Amino acid sequence: MMVKRAAYDRLIFELSSPGRIAHSLPECDVPTSDPRELLPDKQLRSSPAELPEVSELDVVRHYTRLSQLNYGVDTHFYPLGSCTMKYNPKLNEDTARLAGFARLHPLVPEAAAQGALQLMHELGAMLGEIAGMDAVSLQPAAGAQGELAGVLMIRAYHASRGERRTKVLIPDSAHGTNPASTAIAGYEVVEVKSDADGGVDLLDLERHLADDVAAFMITVPNTLGNFEPRIMEITALCRSKGVQVYMDGANLNAILGITRPGDLGFDVCHFNLHKTFTTPHGGGGPGAGPVGVKAHLEPFLPVPVVTKKGERYTLDWKRRASIGKLQAFWGNFAMLVRAYTYIKTMGADGLRRVSEDAVLNANYVMKRLERDYDLGAPGPCMHECVLSARRQKKLGVNAMDVAKRLLDLGFYAPSTYFPMIVEEALMIEPTETESKETLDAFCDAMIQIAREAETESKIAADAPITTPVRRLDQTKAAREPDLRWRPRD
Amino acid sequence: MRYLPTTDRERQQMLATIGAGGIEDLLVRLPAKARLDRPLAIGPAVAETDLVRELRAMAGKNADADSHVCFLGAGSYDHYVPSPINHLVLRGEFFTAYTPYQPEASQGTLRSIYEYQTMIAELTGMDVANASIYDGASSLAEAVLMSRVATGRAEVVLPGSLHPLYRRAVASYCQGMDLRLRDAAAPDGVVDPDAVRGLVTEATAAVVVQSPNFYGCLEDVAALSEIAHAAGALSIVVAAPVNLGVLEAPGRQGADIAVGEGQGLGVPMSFGGPNLGVFAATQALVRRMPGRLVGATVDLDGQRGFVLTLQAREQHIRRAKATSNICTNVALNALMATIYLAILGKQGLRKVGELSTAKAHYAAERLAAIPGVSLRFGAPFFKEFAVRLPKSPDQVVRKLLREKMLAGVPLGTFDRNLRDCLLVAVTETRTREEIDRFAAALEKAVA
Amino acid sequence: MSNIPADLRYTREHEWARREGDQVRVGITHFAQEQLGDVVFVELPKLGTRVTAHRTFGVVESVKAVSDLFAPISGEIVEHNTELGDAPQLVNQDPYGRGWMIVVTPSSPGDWDELLTAQQYEQFLAEAAH
Repeated sequence: MMVKRAAYDRLIFELSSPGRIAHSLPECDVPTSDPRELLPDKQLRSSPAELPEVSELDVVRHYTRLSQLNYGVDTHFYPLGSCTMKYNPKLNEDTARLAGFARLHPLVPEAAAQGALQLMHELGAMLGEIAGMDAVSLQPAAGAQGELAGVLMIRAYHASRGERRTKVLIPDSAHGTNPASTAIAGYEVVEVKSDADGGVDLLDLERHLADDVAAFMITVPNTLGNFEPRIMEITALCRSKGVQVYMDGANLNAILGITRPGDLGFDVCHFNLHKTFTTPHGGGGPGAGPVGVKAHLEPFLPVPVVTKKGERYTLDWKRRASIGKLQAFWGNFAMLVRAYTYIKTMGADGLRRVSEDAVLNANYVMKRLERDYDLGAPGPCMHECVLSARRQKKLGVNAMDVAKRLLDLGFYAPSTYFPMIVEEALMIEPTETESKETLDAFCDAMIQIAREAETESKIAADAPITTPVRRLDQTKAAREPDLRWRPRD
Repeated sequence: MRYLPTTDRERQQMLATIGAGGIEDLLVRLPAKARLDRPLAIGPAVAETDLVRELRAMAGKNADADSHVCFLGAGSYDHYVPSPINHLVLRGEFFTAYTPYQPEASQGTLRSIYEYQTMIAELTGMDVANASIYDGASSLAEAVLMSRVATGRAEVVLPGSLHPLYRRAVASYCQGMDLRLRDAAAPDGVVDPDAVRGLVTEATAAVVVQSPNFYGCLEDVAALSEIAHAAGALSIVVAAPVNLGVLEAPGRQGADIAVGEGQGLGVPMSFGGPNLGVFAATQALVRRMPGRLVGATVDLDGQRGFVLTLQAREQHIRRAKATSNICTNVALNALMATIYLAILGKQGLRKVGELSTAKAHYAAERLAAIPGVSLRFGAPFFKEFAVRLPKSPDQVVRKLLREKMLAGVPLGTFDRNLRDCLLVAVTETRTREEIDRFAAALEKAVA
Repeated sequence: MSNIPADLRYTREHEWARREGDQVRVGITHFAQEQLGDVVFVELPKLGTRVTAHRTFGVVESVKAVSDLFAPISGEIVEHNTELGDAPQLVNQDPYGRGWMIVVTPSSPGDWDELLTAQQYEQFLAEAAH
């Protein structure tokens, strides 16, 4: 019997005591300090912002206690498919915090930012080499913004050739950002079917490849964790129809140093630095989503582009065909420092080993679980495997129940119900930074859950019971949205 | 190998369990012609000591705000960052956690976002704030896209005083959309209300105003909101929350959507990113909002808990019909802002604004007293202002760099008509002594 | 088996239609609300909006899904269910009664005859299940 301890249940506002102070600001050392003498009355705040009034210890203890309500990679194995929750090296945090990086203003003169520009230039070159792409923009703030940039470049490319193409083909197994980004870029999204292995249904693809198709967007390895064996035929087929091929790089962790999107025939691909290159997920971001392109798309890269002229690094704004800008400045630079640190730490051999071990770990988990769960697709898989809880569902334990039960057994949950083409999907990505012992413990827990489903399905249905809260009422949250704290009357 | 725990012996054991002779047996689906037949040309692994030395050298080439006195602004500011922020965000339970899709194991992140939403709603005077967007520019772009969906109209009026890089981002986001951007002139450093009135029609989805605007000047936000509302359009106000301890909340000036850059709230400048995109709106628009939202609810035992909610708006459910493609937010930076606002509190944030505006006005007075130097615009400003120089601003900036001062942003890069102007920002972190030294150095540089 | 009242007509997108004098009341079927799960929001057009048969007229959201609403017939919206604003759960609790969505004055009388009968809809559901 596990005993649940009372969880911390305070909000910072509930700790407030009027007059309490945690900050330390200097006294005003210039003559006029009263804003009423400097600014028009109507510009001044008419009633004060009700922010909490707390001590520094209140703040430190509160957020430390809040942190303890979370599972992170530092505390728990996170087998979350399609998210690549690998270890986030501490060294990256140190280098990103060097004053010359963290305290650097984006609009210092170029001559005063040579180190930062050099880092960006070298990182762009390394990512280009890793993906087999000719040019890389580091500007996109996240994968979805990288997708938008990529699709907008494709759009600009077709327009520059006087071609009007209105559709983008996307497999039904794709991440939701793919169709959403494509729609914002002004394209009609056409879903193409996947076959049972999550591979491209070639007949369906060929049927759709008409001269109004601008691009085909696909994830490699696919969202079932499998490499598409006919990928080069597919990209060649698209190319023969003037269709640009976009690779969603979410699963790049499977192929580092083994194969390259550019060599597979892709015109564009984005990178998720927070997946493949160890920048932390931060509870949902910030990430970074650089985008790589082949030479024919280079003129359309977002501005500015970091270039090297002789020994000087510079921001090149004079690019008339550019799609423009995605965020105010040059990219999520602090994330770029982390990714640079990581790639240098691993080197060429290390990165290849990363992917090999990621593939090994996923296949090991799949093998150990294949008797107790149905497979989403036959192996061998790449860096992640998809299982189905359809057998367990018949016993009253669905994929979500399995996920929740894992939380009680000391693991974060796999991705559930994705990809949507697998019933009761459980998508497991162990990553290369987990040891055999951890994988074994996880597999043991999964097998235990399968056994429990056969004997006492209520255990999983009631899980979790050891977490700070139990299952939450999502319906109430959506029907009666309570999106901000208000003082009790 | 670093970060890779699997030993050769374990690798063999695992392969044996799988029933594979080697890793190649697992890669059978990769055709030979698809394989890279050489090592990646990115060099060998570098040891920590060597790598740190290399990165320190790179960082050392940059003129950062520790080694230099910083008067740069234009969307990124050298505000005070209280010490506890860094210590707390470095807790692995925060920074190595994923998006809180499993709420039972993510209450720390969810609670902090709920606090963040509350603080931003309070500061902006809006009903609801989301869990953050990438930066101020992309927040504005999302607001523009949202206004089109919410009104079914296809034109947006942008002020000439909007940050030019924000304008560029908006234009980039909208290029695939059936959406026209109309620019209203801002001849004297603030947008001309008559110019806006002249552009607003029945087709206008929204009127955008930024205050303080790119030049640091304060706009008549309430009047511009009225113009928008009279035509049935939305008012989108761009405002940085760090200023809202002193300045009026957009929500009390008619904003339907308030967006802005939250970097000033304890987030390091980091050469421009990652920043913190603030996004808040009225209750009427909540189901059109982009990005994640955290809501309070109860668990099976009736205990208070928090979840991501109203997810049917988002890309992972609505796919091509979603309001926005955003998935990743900037949760960790939102956490920095939350801790910052908790530390600064009700009094501290006001004091930050008061000190910034006081010091900026003192600096403006000092600079304008230099022969040949004058304030470019007459409108009231907050913590940033444009000065006209008798010498090339680029040259002046270079000269002051030698004195370890980051003098300001030359405006000629953005607008040829302002090529004799320098944009100077002053925050609470500048001292009177630094400002006096800056004025003296500038006087010498333009003499 | 799903609850399918015999006196209504149906669409393949799981809307029902009921004749009430010259007008037609529209909602979603028991089967549809069951598939969606807990409905949390219903977005309906303004009064006076013209809808077209087979085209979308609104959106229904549940916790985990979102679905377009398709008009069974063409015409003008003369009533919409304002009660759903505060009580979207009515769609789950009483899909054929208080969970109704719009009332339409038909503009093309032929539309009605193209709708599925209860028997045809039941058959359609049975086929879809295989």
